[in-house]
Amino acid sequence: MNPNLTRLRRTMMFLNAQKPSLIKDPYIYKPDSIMLDLEDAVAENQKDAARYSLYHALKEIDYHGVERVVRINGLETAHWKEDIRVCVAGRCDSIRISKCESAADVHAVETEMEKAEEEFGVEKGSILIMAALESTKGIMHTYEICTASPLLFGVALSGGDYTKDLQTKITGTGVELAGARQQMIIAARAAGKQCFDTVFTNLDDMEGFRKECEMIKAMGFDGKSIVNPRQIAITHEVFTPTQKEIDFAEKVVKEVDEKKAQGIGVFTVNGKMIDIAFYPGAKRTIEMAKAAGVYEGDL
Amino acid sequence: MEVTSTAMAGTLESSDCQVTVEPGTGIDLSIDSSVINQFGKAIKKTVLETLDRLDVKDAKVTVVDKGALDCTIKARVEGAVFRASGYSEDEICSGKKLPWGGAIR
Repeated sequence: MNPNLTRLRRTMMFLNAQKPSLIKDPYIYKPDSIMLDLEDAVAENQKDAARYSLYHALKEIDYHGVERVVRINGLETAHWKEDIRVCVAGRCDSIRISKCESAADVHAVETEMEKAEEEFGVEKGSILIMAALESTKGIMHTYEICTASPLLFGVALSGGDYTKDLQTKITGTGVELAGARQQMIIAARAAGKQCFDTVFTNLDDMEGFRKECEMIKAMGFDGKSIVNPRQIAITHEVFTPTQKEIDFAEKVVKEVDEKKAQGIGVFTVNGKMIDIAFYPGAKRTIEMAKAAGVYEGDL
Repeated sequence: MEVTSTAMAGTLESSDCQVTVEPGTGIDLSIDSSVINQFGKAIKKTVLETLDRLDVKDAKVTVVDKGALDCTIKARVEGAVFRASGYSEDEICSGKKLPWGGAIR
């Protein structure tokens, strides 16, 4: 299994692949992933130029372990097949399918990736896939999309296009996205995949941004697409376990292991009744803390 | 590759460079850069090596550099040369495959 399937992805920062000033050193801000965009950020008459820029960035810039996702143009356009060739030739880490609406869309991308892997001598399965859900149809088909390929690590909501399709708009309250978010996270978890929230574009409202991060974290999301480095610290803070949570999780894991050996099923930790059902969540907290580099214990 | 028309790639934004390629005889290169004293020779070398990889023998090439990294200079030279040699986006999307990892590297 590709270990990147489950890597930590709290932040995925959009960058126009055609802009050298943006793509030369985004790793200094330490996002978990960058998303080099060949799609909406690139003008129609610069699609070719963006690919040359992308190719050399992938081959020559050291992104210091930050995941390099490339958003390709939609399957309804003429651009996406050459986008896949350059992604594979440049050996990006993951390809993001724009406007994904069905398992067939995932399969079409997989087929082109396989052809390109063969052409450029790239190991099959070394480049992963994620799907952006940008329409009501895409949201309705989340589970079939999530289960379409073992290379697909997750799905992301694209709120702008989705709300247009829903015939409403981004209100700032989140009410227009509530159904999509709920549907996506349930389907993604049922399929064992990751789930990412849409961008928050009002950079003057950092408090609103924090509240949205806290809400989607509570809903179960793994992270958020972001548009500015200023959003990274807040997102990471929200999506990284606190020391209190880590301490509690550590006690739960150790106590469950110990009590299980003694044949005890229910006990208390810090005054809370604990049983085996708490174990997976506690283990997840420890794994998340390890991935975020904040765990100093011995588990 | 044969440069058959005039084409440009890149911008005049910081960290970018704008490359214009025109039909010519031999390689006629001119470079304008804000960092010409420190990096002029390196920029020239990157441009000439890229033209060589693309097998461009005859072209007038004008580079206006705004502090671009090597990888950007290569990308802009390639962009201009391919555009000037019949590789429009329409042609590429119609199946005229670009040599990633070959002449483009």
